[in-house]
Amino acid sequence: MNNYQEKILDHYHHPRCHGDLTDATHLAHGRNTSCGDIINISLIIKDDTVQDISFTGDGCAISQAAASILAEYIKGKSVDDLKKINKDGMLKLVEIPLSPARIKCGLLALQTAHEALNLPTKNNTKKIINDV
Amino acid sequence: MNTQEIRQQFPMLAHNSQLVYLDSAASALTPQCVIDAQSQYYQEYGVNIARGLYDASTHATSKYESARQEVAQFIGARASQIVFTSGTTMSINMIAHGLTDSICANSRIATTIAEHHSNLIPWQQLSARTGAKLDIVGITNNKELELSTLTNQEFAQIITPQTAVLALGYASNVLGNVNPIAQIIKRARAINPNILVVVDAAQAIAHIEIDVAQLDCDFLAFSGHKVYGPTGIGILYGKTKALAQLTPLITGGEMVDRVSENNVTFKGLPHRLEAGTPNIAGAVGLASALEFLRKIGFDKVSKHAKELLDYTKDKLRKNFGDNTIIYTGNSENIGLLSFSFFDIHPHDVADILNTHHIAVRAGTHCAQPLHSTLGVGATTRISFGIYTTTADIDQLITGLGAVRDIFAQNPKI
Repeated sequence: MNNYQEKILDHYHHPRCHGDLTDATHLAHGRNTSCGDIINISLIIKDDTVQDISFTGDGCAISQAAASILAEYIKGKSVDDLKKINKDGMLKLVEIPLSPARIKCGLLALQTAHEALNLPTKNNTKKIINDV
Repeated sequence: MNTQEIRQQFPMLAHNSQLVYLDSAASALTPQCVIDAQSQYYQEYGVNIARGLYDASTHATSKYESARQEVAQFIGARASQIVFTSGTTMSINMIAHGLTDSICANSRIATTIAEHHSNLIPWQQLSARTGAKLDIVGITNNKELELSTLTNQEFAQIITPQTAVLALGYASNVLGNVNPIAQIIKRARAINPNILVVVDAAQAIAHIEIDVAQLDCDFLAFSGHKVYGPTGIGILYGKTKALAQLTPLITGGEMVDRVSENNVTFKGLPHRLEAGTPNIAGAVGLASALEFLRKIGFDKVSKHAKELLDYTKDKLRKNFGDNTIIYTGNSENIGLLSFSFFDIHPHDVADILNTHHIAVRAGTHCAQPLHSTLGVGATTRISFGIYTTTADIDQLITGLGAVRDIFAQNPKI
C-alpha cells in the first residue's frame, strides 16, 4: 500500500489547482501512451513567476495526484524554481517510493509543466497541442 | 495429473510461494521439463546445427528437426510447413512483408477490431506499402466478431473477390472469446477461393486443440512462451503453397543454396525462411512444452479454464456486484477476463494487487482500437493457466476488496 498513502489519496480525491485557466499564458498536453494517463497544464506566467497553475486530466491516482501536488507546490514560485525541479525533486514532492513501472505516472505532470513553459498561448487563445 | 501435481512441475511457484499468478495470457509459467530440455541442449550438445560434420552437431540437428516434427504433429501439419521464428509478432511480420509483391493497389486486406496490435499493424503497414485497402471489421454488442454474425449478403460486402488477405485472431487477448474461425474461413473461401487466411493463434494455442487442416487456414502463428514454452521462440505455419509465396524478410546464412557475387538461390522450405542460427534451445524447449501439454490433454485444459471462469465471475458478482464490468462474450472462452473495477484506474488496481503478491495485467493489452470500441480507456485483465486454482481466485477477491477499501477512504484535507 506504499504508493497509496494518505497524501496521494488526498490529492487524488481532492485535487488542488484543478480546472482550466481562461487567461492562461502557457498550455501543454501530456500523455503516457502506454497507460493512457493524460495531463493538461495551464500556466499564467508573469514577471518570471508562476502566478497561477491549473491542471485537468484523466488517469491513475499517481498521475493525477502528482499533478495536484506539483501545482500546489509551484504556484507563486519562480519559473526558475519550476525549471529546476528534476526527476528526484518531483519524486521527493510525491513523498512515496514509486516502482519502476509507476515512475512515469509520477513524472507526467512535471514533464508537461516543463513542456508548457515552451508553449506560450498567443493572445491568450488556447491552442490544442497534438499528442507527441 | 491433478492441479496440485501440475503446480509441482512449475519451479516459479515453489520459488515464489506467495505468488498468485494471473497473467498467463502474457506469458505462461515454464514447467521443469522445458527448463531441463533447454539446459540439456547447452550442457550436452550445445553446438550449431545443419553445418557441422561432427557428432554433436548431427545430434543438435536431429533434436532441432525432431522439435519441428513435434510442433507439426501438435497442430496437424507436416514438418516442412513449420518455420521456427522468434514469436507470433515475427511470424506475422514475415507473412505481411513476404506478401508485399503479391498485393496490388486494388487488393483488399481484411482484419478485425479485436486484434492484438501485432495482428493489425503489420497489415496497416502492408496496406501503406501497396495501396491496398484495409478493411477492419467490428464486434457486436455481445462482443462477438461481426464476421461470425453477418448475413451472407453483408459478409460479401466485407470479404470480396479482391480481398487478398484475411487476418484473424483465434482467441482475443482482451475478451477471451474463442472465435468461430473455421466457419468464417469457409464463408470467405466461398467468395474468394484464393484468399490467404492468416490466423493469430497466440492466445488459442495453450487452450484449444488446433488442426490446421480442419481450419483450412493458409498461415497460423503462435509463440512458445504462451504455451508453457520458452520466450524467443515461435512458429509460423503455412500451407506449402502459401509459404512458397513469401519473399524471405530476413536473408543470410543457412537459408541459401548457391551464392555468387551478385546472385543467390534460396533453399527449399522451411529453411529458406530461417536465416541465421536459430534458437535451438528454444525449439527443443517448445517441443517439450507441447509434449507436456499434450499429455495433460485439452479436455482437461478447457474444463479447468471453464470451471475457473465460472467461479471467478460468480465471486466477482457476489462481492462487487455492478461495480465490476466484465468485458467478455458468452461464447467459449480460453480462461481470460478483462474488467473495470469501480472507477479505479487499472494501474492502481494492479499496483495494489501486487502488494498482495497478485500478478495481473493492466492497460490496453496491446489492443488500443478494441478498448476504444469498448468505450473504456484501460482494463484489468486476469488470465488462467493449468496451474491456476480457486484459491488463487479467492486471494484475488480479497485483494480487490483491499483495493476498494483504499479508494473508499476519503481523507480530510
